[in-house]
Amino acid sequence: MEVKNANAAMLSNYEVFKLLTDLKEQRKDSGKSKHSVAQQDLNTIMYETLKYLSKTPCSRQSPEIVKKFLTIMLPHKLTKAEKLQLLNHRPQTAVEIQLMVEESEERLSEEQIEELIHTLTGVLPGDPEQENAAGADVEMDEGGEQS
Amino acid sequence: MFVLVEMVDTVRIPPWSFQAQLNEAVAEELNKKLANKVVYNVGLCICLYDVTKLEDSYIFPGDGASHTKVHFRYVVFHPFPDEVLVGKIKYCSQEGVHVTMGFFDDILIPPESLQQPAKFDEAEQVWLWEYETDEGAHDLYMDQGEEIRFRVTDEVFVDTSPTGPATAEPDPKAQPGQAAPPPPPAEESGEKKEAPYTLIGTICEPGLGLLSWWNN
Repeated sequence: MEVKNANAAMLSNYEVFKLLTDLKEQRKDSGKSKHSVAQQDLNTIMYETLKYLSKTPCSRQSPEIVKKFLTIMLPHKLTKAEKLQLLNHRPQTAVEIQLMVEESEERLSEEQIEELIHTLTGVLPGDPEQENAAGADVEMDEGGEQS
Repeated sequence: MFVLVEMVDTVRIPPWSFQAQLNEAVAEELNKKLANKVVYNVGLCICLYDVTKLEDSYIFPGDGASHTKVHFRYVVFHPFPDEVLVGKIKYCSQEGVHVTMGFFDDILIPPESLQQPAKFDEAEQVWLWEYETDEGAHDLYMDQGEEIRFRVTDEVFVDTSPTGPATAEPDPKAQPGQAAPPPPPAEESGEKKEAPYTLIGTICEPGLGLLSWWNN
């Protein structure tokens, strides 16, 4: 076996989530060799990865949302890796943005960081349970997502 | 977190699988070979993304199976350096905090990369952060099962391919693309099995550590 290119492309969590869900549907329909010993590794890794990804923001994304996100991110001039992390994590606080964007203090002002958070929470769907809880507690704030 | 890796391999399809479509048989064989396995210096293989090229299939004398050279792309878990990831604390030991992501277990945060000052509580076998505020010191415990955000600082690949019977030391000649099975996650065996792929992380930055520390 030969590895031609160990880094041909970066994949967002959403792409892997979609691939695995489609593969799961496909295997459920054909149903033949799912339980054989040979397919056990694939079953294990698919189950664990889907379990992990379903608890992340990517499970609520779609190709249109990702496209819209990338278009909106154009003027901010972020690197591919930074945009990927923002897409995968959907940060809601300034501290998280500073973790993912290198030298954020020099590249983004405080208002820009706030604006970035608002854009992210607007374009990328969040966890409906989390938002309902937040909306119930904080009434003084501008109000969370309208689900 | 995930990357696409272009690989080439010769896939052997046994005669009893000849009734299937070549594409499906090839996909099944590739997943059987690579899924949930670590490829040296590449990462943990998840599943087949697509097949880009199928060359001619040959049958060799003495073997009834067909051999096909396949160019394909595979989804591999390989976080880039300084990437921020979220996992769960598996357990704490003197070596540091062991984090798991479910599908990948061998993540270690060594003591020097914890939020300082950190202390190891021997009785409860747990690391804690001695957080100082104006009101006094709080001990923030890093309990099992807690979600933790960390940054990847280093990765270690170990070639766990079998060595020859005569030599006791591992073969220094690293073969790129050699698949090796990862150690089973929950198994406690007598000898210590080396993990083929380990991630070293840090939580020594504002925003890193237990999610509960930073959520208002």
